[in-house]
Amino acid sequence: MQLKRWLNNYVRIWGVYDMAYDESEGEGVWIYCEQEKGEIHPVSYELLNKGRELADDLNTHLTALFLTPDGSDAQELVYRGADRIYLLEHDNFNYPNEIPFRENIVKLVEDNKPEILLIGATHFGRSLAPRVAGALETGLTADCTGLKIEKGDFVQIRPAFTGNILAHISTDRCPKMSTVRYKEFDESERDTGREGEIIDIEPLEYDGPDVKILNEMIIEDINIQEAEIVVSGGKGLKDSQDFEIIEELCSTLGGTVGSSRPLVDEGWISRNHQVGYSGNRVKPNLYIACGISGAPQHLAGMKESKIIVAINTDPSAPIFDYADYGIIGDLYEVVPKLIKELREG
Amino acid sequence: MANFSIIVPIKEVPDIEKVNFDREKGRIDRSSATSEPNPFDLNALEEAVKIKEEIGGNITVISMGPPQAEDTLRDAIARGGDKAILLTDKGFAGSDTWATSYTLATAIKKLGHYDLIICGEKTVDGDTGQVGPEIAEVLDIPHVSYVNKTIERGKDSIIVQTEVWGRLYKKELKFPGLITVTKDLNEPRLPTLTNKLKAKSAEIERWGLDDLLDTGDEKHFGIKGSPTSVVNIEVPKEKGRKSKIFEGKDAAKKMVEQLRKDLGGI
Ligand SMILES: Cc1cc2nc3c(=O)[nH]c(=O)nc-3n(C[C@H](O)[C@H](O)[C@H](O)COP(=O)(O)OP(=O)(O)OC[C@H]3O[C@@H](n4cnc5c(N)ncnc54)[C@H](O)[C@@H]3O)c2cc1C
Ligand SMILES: Nc1ncnc2c1ncn2[C@@H]1O[C@H](COP(=O)(O)O)[C@@H](O)[C@H]1O
Repeated sequence: MQLKRWLNNYVRIWGVYDMAYDESEGEGVWIYCEQEKGEIHPVSYELLNKGRELADDLNTHLTALFLTPDGSDAQELVYRGADRIYLLEHDNFNYPNEIPFRENIVKLVEDNKPEILLIGATHFGRSLAPRVAGALETGLTADCTGLKIEKGDFVQIRPAFTGNILAHISTDRCPKMSTVRYKEFDESERDTGREGEIIDIEPLEYDGPDVKILNEMIIEDINIQEAEIVVSGGKGLKDSQDFEIIEELCSTLGGTVGSSRPLVDEGWISRNHQVGYSGNRVKPNLYIACGISGAPQHLAGMKESKIIVAINTDPSAPIFDYADYGIIGDLYEVVPKLIKELREG
Repeated sequence: MANFSIIVPIKEVPDIEKVNFDREKGRIDRSSATSEPNPFDLNALEEAVKIKEEIGGNITVISMGPPQAEDTLRDAIARGGDKAILLTDKGFAGSDTWATSYTLATAIKKLGHYDLIICGEKTVDGDTGQVGPEIAEVLDIPHVSYVNKTIERGKDSIIVQTEVWGRLYKKELKFPGLITVTKDLNEPRLPTLTNKLKAKSAEIERWGLDDLLDTGDEKHFGIKGSPTSVVNIEVPKEKGRKSKIFEGKDAAKKMVEQLRKDLGGI
């Protein structure tokens, strides 16, 4: 064992096995441009915006990796701020199987040695990024809500403990990788005057599949994350049928129905409607919480809303501390009154 | 053929529903926190038990953590695990997701044969969801994340449903492979009394750094093997909310007037 430890130390000193490279070797900011069946995901434009800012601060270039079944939109990425696009077109990229994506990204990184690589924290991004980081033996910071250059160093900011604190994280080797929360940053402006280089790259052969895709189905997309108005019900509701009064208030306002977790667990409403830490994160102009106590896990999903309204019988419910406006009272009485007022107006 | 073998990595985490957070000091009050198995990992374990009930085999639960994480492994045995391994060593302390994944993967290699690894979607304290796919990467096996349903469970492969790209995908994963599972998959059952008793006397194997050096490279363990580090903690200022309460008979009316003023056409 002693010898083994000694050998391992020796290997470390000489860095023989390192896939990651030294900080001084890394140059340039890269973003992975997420697409779904050829369509660019909006998080990619947010990454281009943030990536442009970082690249400018570091006085370097911004590169977008576009692995897609259809590269006709590559020029769009130039208009949105990229100096250079690596375009890899292949049918394999028509399916969410991480392995062919990983193979190609790892190769590009090894050949070109960027300093920073950003990936959107979508389901696919959160599944792909750890495979890439693992293969490169480098660090990966999850679900960042802030990224900046501080005295030349790349600082990654992410919420921890259900958003109670923000951790500032630094990575000591390259590429420094982060996944970035969707809808955290604005999209970059489109400027058709921008110029950039589109470089066609022949994708690597992939001899899978280790994962076979058997079937694909578009799901009912309630898109609560995009909603302008959300009206949510919580355990203040006594019966599944009573959700109707929440739905009625919601349709009066033209909003989307949300829910706290216990009701989802009871099966009163589908998980697509759940707001919170293990559900959806929403950021509407108006969020109305009816019969919701305001547990940290619920707050984690809605506290960025522009205006928050709480209706609760318990004046000491934490939700009131996070609300702009509140009514202390029984939702079974208050909500119908609100509906009446709204209809009369 | 070797026995069908499932591995479930489980982390012990502070019970975040009970933990107090000191906003002034920016610290969690550890004394207020009891520990529990990461809730998402119980869904992983439950699915393992269901698969075992259907096609046979054995379940190994594995955890990296301080010595007291033994409680979580005992609980996992009471819930249907057959064998438990605790990876505990000062040399593992301070691990980030890469070092954690590397350590778990190295231990899994040491176990030898395995077919399916089932991880939770994420931990409530680390909250990254990275450890599952990174384990798969170190072991160089395929994985499927965000599995919300298993459709067909076989000895050579599993067919699962996952949500990605705004769609539901049905995917077949060949073994050896890894899945990470969401809460929708199942409802974890409670341990029975007999199983609790069995768990009490079960042996929990402990492995330290030295035990992993034949399958792993020392440079990847613990704080030294961790590429990322926390350089600063910031306690975000809460957005000052008005917290204005409308009272009396006219409360609803006043509320609607206020919202109309703030938001215009509603
Ligand atoms: C890992 C983990 C993840 C979680 N993720 C989520 C998540 O994503 N989303 C989520 O919501 N929770 C989540 N939770 C659960 C969370 O901790 C709380 O248990 C949950 O949010 C409570 O829901 P609630 O406010 O509806 O119920 P309660 O806390 O029971 O509150 C009900 C409220 O209704 C009020 N009330 C009762 N009757 C009436 C009435 N007639 N009129 C008006 N008010 C009334 C009560 O005063 C009370 O304040 C998570 C927990 C864990 C451990
Ligand atoms: N220390 C650990 N010990 C055992 N399993 C872990 C550990 N950390 C993470 N995991 C597994 O990896 C999953 C994802 O964790 P995380 O990446 O921390 O969100 C968890 O649900 C566990 O299945």
